[in-house]
Amino acid sequence: MDTNIQVSPGAMFTETALDRQKRRIENVVRIFLLVVTSLMIIPLLLIIGYLLYKALPVLSFEFLFTNPKDNMRAGGIWAPFLGTIYLVVVSLLVSAPIGVFAAVYLNEYARENWFTRITNLAVVNLAGVPSIVHALFGVGAFVLFAGLGESILAASLTLAIMTLPVIIASTTEALKAVPMSFREACWNLGATRWQTIRRIVIPNSISGILTGVILQVSRAAGETAPIMFTGAVFYKAIAEGDLFAYNITEQCMALSLHLFTISTQVPDVTEGIPYATAVMLVGSVLLINAVSIGLRVYLRTRKKW
Amino acid sequence: MENKIEISDLRVHYGDTPALNGISFDVHPNEILSIIGPAQSGKTTLLKVINRTLEFTQGAKVEGSVKLDGVDIQTIGDVYGLRRRIGMVLPLPVGLPLSIYDNVAFAPRTAGLRTKSELDEIVERCLQQAALWDEVKDRLDTLGTKLSGGQQQRLTIARALSHQPEVLCLDEFSIAIDPVTTMRIEEVLKSLQKEMTILLVTNLVQQAKRLANRTAFFLNGDLIEIDTTDVIFSDNPTNQATYDYINGSFG
Repeated sequence: MDTNIQVSPGAMFTETALDRQKRRIENVVRIFLLVVTSLMIIPLLLIIGYLLYKALPVLSFEFLFTNPKDNMRAGGIWAPFLGTIYLVVVSLLVSAPIGVFAAVYLNEYARENWFTRITNLAVVNLAGVPSIVHALFGVGAFVLFAGLGESILAASLTLAIMTLPVIIASTTEALKAVPMSFREACWNLGATRWQTIRRIVIPNSISGILTGVILQVSRAAGETAPIMFTGAVFYKAIAEGDLFAYNITEQCMALSLHLFTISTQVPDVTEGIPYATAVMLVGSVLLINAVSIGLRVYLRTRKKW
Repeated sequence: MENKIEISDLRVHYGDTPALNGISFDVHPNEILSIIGPAQSGKTTLLKVINRTLEFTQGAKVEGSVKLDGVDIQTIGDVYGLRRRIGMVLPLPVGLPLSIYDNVAFAPRTAGLRTKSELDEIVERCLQQAALWDEVKDRLDTLGTKLSGGQQQRLTIARALSHQPEVLCLDEFSIAIDPVTTMRIEEVLKSLQKEMTILLVTNLVQQAKRLANRTAFFLNGDLIEIDTTDVIFSDNPTNQATYDYINGSFG
């Protein structure tokens, strides 16, 4: 027999006062969160937009590949740009392997004892040390004590000390994201710790490890204080267009310091140059961050569990 | 007949918390010995002692002796070799994030085997033994982690067999898989018994009854009773607690 029950949706789901209130609050919260998020993005867009607008008359390939001229009032940014690349690359060549291997030891080998507790404490505290303090340490340890003098090497090592704790922390996070059960399964199969790390742990945490390392590029490129006293100079002319124009035992120019100099120390700089310099600094950092994000997205699509 | 494993006065503490309070028993070659008992009774700890993976647990302290073929396992220098003499299957299936083939070939490779033809043979034999071959033979290069839970557990068993263990330890292997698959694996275990000794930790007392030659009842870190399965599951096992546990009128 046909039981002819018909319920119109409206009859069952009439909005009560409570429902209306919930909907109102929901809307308010959503709009509030959207506004807060916009507050974060708008300044960034404004900064980049304004910089680009001011820099456009000057920006060109020639600007990138020529040295500053006329006591830095004209010309390009080749010497500081290449100097920054040197500083970043050398510092990461030092800090990335040390940081990653230290994190592997702390996370995969070390037992919980006073040594690892102190090391972890040191890592956390080192990450919070202001960069000017790193600079003074660099002067004492690398420039004077190690006898490196003011050089790319001394400045890079100072930057390496600064980025090391963050690389250790981010690598540790990436390693911890690999489930413990994978390690146990490997140990049960008679794999050594290293075999387990090499075949299972590292391949499955490499995206997180690389992301953490690459993000330190922007920090190393942007810092001024640690390199000011350890290896960066106000002015130095180098062969234009030659990627090997610097010697790492000598000093170099750097974008961050150059930007500071032409903005505050040099009178009558051509209008667009400081803006164009800033665009190049921010632009290269954003580019590298974008590569890092792209890499992470790519590796995540290959996630294996 | 020589005993496969001899355990005497085995005591384990995690810090101040005791896990096993001096247990002693023997495991005979080619038997299925099931270990039953409620949670916290030390069953899993016992398995971890036998393949010495308890060494990875910080604060765990082991006293007493476990002998494998008459040799104290603490004196065995090659701990990785020891672990390969013992197959271990854990409660939750763990497909390593590798292809199905590489999952099974993992242990032989860590032991140094590189010959492709031998690896192929091991992979096929172990997947056959674990009753998984027919389902995956056409896609050995897909990820082990993408298999269903029951398939991953059979993959885990295939992996445990890949290093040709003398003793196969299963720790509540059927907890995450369906009854049909469970029955298939139980058939597999019965046939494997010809080749190896099997230690079966299980929460399903009926599973112990179906499979085991002998059964041990653990409670709070003590071995209450060990006897042939017929006696343990009869109306009058030696200890009243055993009877109560098996018949569900515990406590």
